Amino acid sequence: MSTFWSIWVTVIVLGTVFGCWWLLLATRKSQVSDSETERTTGHSFDGIEEYDNPLPKWWFYLYVATCIFALGYLALYPGLGNFKGLLGWTAVNQWEAEVASADEKYGEIYAQYGQTPVIELAKDEDALKIGQRLFANNCAVCHGSAARGQVGFPNLTDDDWLWGGTPDAILETLRNGRMGNMPAKGVMPNMNAAQVDQVVNYVLSFSGREKDAAAAEAGEAVFAQACAACHGADGKGMQALGAPNLTDNIWLYGSNYEWIKETVLHGRQNEMPAQSGRLSSDQIQILAAYVYSLSN
Amino acid sequence: MKHEIVEKNIGLMIVFIILVISGGFLAEVLPLFFLKEVNEPIEGLEPISALELEGRDIYIREGCHVCHTQQIRPFRAETERYGHYSVAGEFVYERPFLWGSKRTGPDLARVGGRYSDAWQRQHLMDPRSVVPESNMPAFPWLFDTLVNHKGTAAKLSALQTLGVPYTDEQIASAADELEGKFEIEALVAYLQQLGTVLSDKR
Repeated sequence: MSTFWSIWVTVIVLGTVFGCWWLLLATRKSQVSDSETERTTGHSFDGIEEYDNPLPKWWFYLYVATCIFALGYLALYPGLGNFKGLLGWTAVNQWEAEVASADEKYGEIYAQYGQTPVIELAKDEDALKIGQRLFANNCAVCHGSAARGQVGFPNLTDDDWLWGGTPDAILETLRNGRMGNMPAKGVMPNMNAAQVDQVVNYVLSFSGREKDAAAAEAGEAVFAQACAACHGADGKGMQALGAPNLTDNIWLYGSNYEWIKETVLHGRQNEMPAQSGRLSSDQIQILAAYVYSLSN
Repeated sequence: MKHEIVEKNIGLMIVFIILVISGGFLAEVLPLFFLKEVNEPIEGLEPISALELEGRDIYIREGCHVCHTQQIRPFRAETERYGHYSVAGEFVYERPFLWGSKRTGPDLARVGGRYSDAWQRQHLMDPRSVVPESNMPAFPWLFDTLVNHKGTAAKLSALQTLGVPYTDEQIASAADELEGKFEIEALVAYLQQLGTVLSDKR
């Protein structure tokens, strides 16, 4: 703040406090304070008159006390332009102190967990309790509070992994996120309606649920051309690409004919956001252990 | 001093009243117009795009700011949950601010990039399909209403007049940019950029 504005603020603030004080004293002096219940202001309306009594004493002294409190407050805290107050308080250093004291209390515990390998950490009851809280705050919005996921957001408890379920794969997913992208009609943009029906039936046949056996049989060739590049010739998926295993009857985007047809026709895109900018590496380690523990 | 003097001279009373009620404004608000900290953008802050701006207006129209704040206070409990506390320099292009004052839902100041686009869309279509405990209303009409871009260029040039550094090309191409866009796209684009300029580990 420039000197001008600093003085400006100081003058107005102090002027207001002392002005109130002066007003209080000045108006009190004009009143005679002893038993004055007889005297009126002189107003009379419809025979109703108004007494001119002084402010009750307790009220007057309370008012004086607020002025003194205000001056004390302005001496201790920043309120007068560039004057920082005797306590040197700012919102930011209050926050820093709060964070520092939390770090002192929890830092060591976190650092210790951060150094522990995920598999070992997943056996530590206390770490898992912290992990559960972190999960509820940061992950449950998509994966659900029980981590069972929902349409479009994977279930983390079924030991079926899109991008891999090893500790390293889970850590990588948490740190840097994942981009899931299934293009519409796979890599066969000119797939016609009959071929879509065939390939959907073929995909259903992996879990023995095809609607039309002949179409499913014809779908094998379509699958080989449009889908096998990512999902593999046997439909077992490819974790490096996040391509789901289609043979295990676990479905991210719905399991029936209509849903799968929708997926084939329009593709599916979703993203697991990277957490490394939001959470510390120790927190990520704990979360990875929690996620790992859900299916191991 | 006699009360009578003030009470019987209405002109004098008006002067005193104005003096009293302007004190707070003169000391607390007026100096802010001239302070560097609140008038200079933080490093990397760009005016939001035409699509995001229309999304912001949809955010206002649907009353999102009534239940969601966009202001993270400097308390550890908040910075742990939402990220770096908000700073004045993030809001210099905001007219009006959407800081809000009531949190029925969570703060959204740094919601950008926190969830995927697909999540945002699904959540706006049917909040309880993703968060069963949610009491947020659904906004299904955003999915079949096209963005009205008749006023977009005018909005951008009004902001430009007020000092937001939009280029003339941006204003000229605003309407084309929004052609055929649905309101949901604008709103999600707006949400996905919120608070992304200043990011910090918790």
